[in-house]
Amino acid sequence: MPHIDFKNDLPGIRSAMAFRPETAAPLSALAEVLMRSDEGLTRLEREIIGTYVSHLNDCFYCNHSHAAIACIYADGDSQMIDSVRADYTSAPISNKLKALLAIAAKVRKSGKLVQAEDVEKARMEGATDKDVHDTVLIAAAFSLFNRYVDGLATTTPADMTSYSVRARQVADHGYGAHIYSPNPMKAK
Amino acid sequence: MAHIKVEEGVPGIRSLVLFRPETGKPLYELAQVLLRGESSLTEAERELIAAYVSSRNQCSFCMNSHAAAARCLYEDDHMMVDDVLNDMQASRLTEKLKALLNIAGKVQVSGKAVLQEHIDEAKKSGASDREIHDTVLIAAAFSMFNRYVDGLASLTPSDPAVYKEMGTRMAAGYRLPQKSIT
Repeated sequence: MPHIDFKNDLPGIRSAMAFRPETAAPLSALAEVLMRSDEGLTRLEREIIGTYVSHLNDCFYCNHSHAAIACIYADGDSQMIDSVRADYTSAPISNKLKALLAIAAKVRKSGKLVQAEDVEKARMEGATDKDVHDTVLIAAAFSLFNRYVDGLATTTPADMTSYSVRARQVADHGYGAHIYSPNPMKAK
Repeated sequence: MAHIKVEEGVPGIRSLVLFRPETGKPLYELAQVLLRGESSLTEAERELIAAYVSSRNQCSFCMNSHAAAARCLYEDDHMMVDDVLNDMQASRLTEKLKALLNIAGKVQVSGKAVLQEHIDEAKKSGASDREIHDTVLIAAAFSMFNRYVDGLASLTPSDPAVYKEMGTRMAAGYRLPQKSIT
């Protein structure tokens, strides 16, 4: 049961955002600009970083929600997403993304762990300053989202098919207000 | 030196949002609504939660700047800030604020570390659902800001006078810094 009465039946972060739309607005604006930009990192790479951090933080809701979104961007290649979570160093992804995931994993623990040589390694694989910036901010943002979702003990849907349904809505419509509006996508 | 090429001499998060204003905008909006927006927690109390979490994350820039903002907002009672950062439980804070800071400290470690008993304690001392929500989100947000600032090794000034001035400016509110026109 959630730690507070959200006054709605939405799952995960959506319940907390609907409870407090004033803070939901900048949070979803951040997700939209950070996760849906194709400048530098692709949407798929961004979602992989978000998924990986949520997986390491053992945040079930964020992990499965973002894995499902990544899966759509990867044209249904869920095996690739699974292999990143199991051991990204041997996953079929670019060396650049591997170097960025190493940075993200450090940021998850503490920003102070990121060393100049980690950034240098990413740069040698072709990462730009903006790629490094976005990686650090995505990992930091999921350090927020994961804590927000679990710190209030939000509801986690047990029906695993629900994650891909929501993921499709995010892939099509982005991280807009439909995230925290009840039943926004109800068929007309 | 910062891990990426940011404007020289600009400290902390300001240098990062000048580098990438697209993400800077929602970050500053979040800080503004969470720390300055309408709430039954005072602005001083919310800055104290921010400083407390940043202190636990050993993020010197965020801790010093938000402690300075909290001191400014606590006015005559500014000693409260250092008392809390030194030993929260021994401080003169109300039981409600202690219970909320305790929750913030759990969130700093992991969202999962917040247990029903911590929530019960806060509710028993009069905390509302909205206050618990905002405490969790402030602690989560500073788990982000601290990682952002340190993860990119942004400039951390060492002169306390710099933070005092920063705190005075922050007490007035959070507005996205603009690139200086030269």
